[in-house]
Amino acid sequence: MLEIKNLHVKLEEEDKQILKGVNLTVEPGKVHAIMGPNGSGKSTLSYVLSGKEGYEVTEGSASLGGEELLDMEAEERAAAGLFLAFQYPVEIPGVGNMTFLRTAVNAQRKARGEDEMSAGEFLKVIRAKAKTLKIDADMLKRPVNVGFSGGEKKRNEILQMAMLEPKMCILDETDSGLDVDAMKLVSEGVNALRDEGRGFLVITHYQRLLDHIKPDVVHIMADGRIIKTGGPELALEVENNGYADILAEVA
Amino acid sequence: MAAPKKMLQIKQDTTQARLSSMTLPDGATWAQDARKAALARVETMGLPHGRDEYWKFTKPDTLVQAEPPKAATFDGGEAPLWDHVDRLKIVFVDGVFDADASDDLSLEGVTIERLSDVMNKDIHWAKDQYGVLEQRGQEVVERPLAALNTAFATDGIVLHATGKVSKPINLMYLHKSDNSDVILHHCIKLDEGADLTLLETGPAAARFNKTMEVEVADHAGFHHVRVQGRDHERRAVTGIFTRLGTESTFKSFTLTMNGVLTRNECVIELTGDDAKATVAGACVGDGADFHHDDTVFITHDAVNCESRQVFKKVLRNGATGVFQGKILVKADAQKTDGYQISQSLLLDGDSQFLAKPELEIYADDVICSHGSTTGAIDEEALFYLRSRGVPEAEATDLLVLAFLAEALEEIEDETLAEAMLDRLEGWLARRAS
Repeated sequence: MLEIKNLHVKLEEEDKQILKGVNLTVEPGKVHAIMGPNGSGKSTLSYVLSGKEGYEVTEGSASLGGEELLDMEAEERAAAGLFLAFQYPVEIPGVGNMTFLRTAVNAQRKARGEDEMSAGEFLKVIRAKAKTLKIDADMLKRPVNVGFSGGEKKRNEILQMAMLEPKMCILDETDSGLDVDAMKLVSEGVNALRDEGRGFLVITHYQRLLDHIKPDVVHIMADGRIIKTGGPELALEVENNGYADILAEVA
Repeated sequence: MAAPKKMLQIKQDTTQARLSSMTLPDGATWAQDARKAALARVETMGLPHGRDEYWKFTKPDTLVQAEPPKAATFDGGEAPLWDHVDRLKIVFVDGVFDADASDDLSLEGVTIERLSDVMNKDIHWAKDQYGVLEQRGQEVVERPLAALNTAFATDGIVLHATGKVSKPINLMYLHKSDNSDVILHHCIKLDEGADLTLLETGPAAARFNKTMEVEVADHAGFHHVRVQGRDHERRAVTGIFTRLGTESTFKSFTLTMNGVLTRNECVIELTGDDAKATVAGACVGDGADFHHDDTVFITHDAVNCESRQVFKKVLRNGATGVFQGKILVKADAQKTDGYQISQSLLLDGDSQFLAKPELEIYADDVICSHGSTTGAIDEEALFYLRSRGVPEAEATDLLVLAFLAEALEEIEDETLAEAMLDRLEGWLARRAS
């Protein structure tokens, strides 16, 4: 599914290397988690994969289902099945949430040579999916993320994911700013999307989220590299002992 | 009018050059008097020059010179805007009323006459309004091109609304000659409690000088929606001069597309308590030849009045936008609520927005706010949209429309607004290819 090989990335504007040789393969149907201290490059990895500008890949590759991702525009990556749930979802005044989602769904369908979704069908589908995420009609009508609480923004991200049905979902610190109930709701939304054909990469600081979204594989990232890979028990180790032991062990 | 001062020699010369080729039209005595007075105002002020305070951002040369530069006629192949709306159509071809193309002018609640007829009548209410509101507008800031208009206009509509006018009146302009130099003067009077929606559409001329005087009596409502464009080579200066009575409403919205030089002036006087005035505009401009200027002056001279100015401009490929807006609150105009916002979205580094917001307040119990911003497309928002699969061009258009939305929201009638939104989307789509 997602295959990252020896990925080196630096900031375009300053000569600062952020990723220093990331290797990672996410198989279909699997949930991989990345944990790591602040500044280890976790968010950069998610941005580089989804096509944000401002980064320069100096070495390595990343592919999705065999297609080279790094040569594609952001919108092409989305149409190819990549989805990033933002750590800080962006507010877009003047663009209705519903309009935004319908434009996105149909743009992706068009890019894949599929028929566009009719207004009626779209409404039916979005209403059902919004309901399970406790997103009311008012939130759908309001401008994208404008005036949404932290929890509402994250639920809105998961709604987008549910509507776009990507092959590969990257969740960048989706647990940040969520209370216990909101985290449960968001996790349920994510779990509902788990299936054999879909891969997940969950970036988080805390074990807490992984209690709800159970990972198959856990990676520890530090200083631009994945320094340790293991099972769910690795996340527990971090929760109990912090990163210090693992960092010391690798050094 | 400002105290006489020595006029720049160049201003004197250009003014004389323009006036020497023009003769005052004939008419009834009162009409001739109004024209002569207006001509005297032009001679005293002189026609605009780049060194005049309110012409520093907009070069007046082509508006002032004796002969207008040629402007190719334009046919976008679109059906007339608002064709689906029941309205009374009044057609002007290169500034001349076309009776055959127009609807019958009789309509409940309103009397519509042609300016050329009215100016020959010895007794007419227009005597008390023609050039009067324009002249009042000169007292705060000189507007010589409007005075020139009053002196020489021969056509236009003279409209007297006595009640609720049953359907909108649409002034439809057609531009058929590449060197038409048109002056139109509309005189509009709303009696107490009257209500009128006036629409204006279409390219009017190669060079267009239009003045509209609107007297809004107590409890009356005037709604104005205008679309300028899509002719590419238009030069236009338009002026709205209005005076508002107690608890009256004035709303004006303008969408501008294309054109070389467009200056829209609006001079509003709130003279009755609890009156409300809104003037708003959205403009989209493409290319270094595009220059659009909104110049507004609002005088609060009564208690508890509200005024809103909402202007949004989208500029690309070296286009220029100008906003000059002033709110003057006189000493007795307590409880004034004045709002002014002017914003531009620059789609590239070559485009520019020049803004001059002004407040002059003599009352002590007022709320006045103003803001002016210039910005580029929000890169974070653009990436967010693209990351969801929306192609860059489409995402940019979405953000452009979102930016203009605040101005478009000032249009009350949703049917009218939706048709304009379609035109805007069309404009954006054509430029995407």
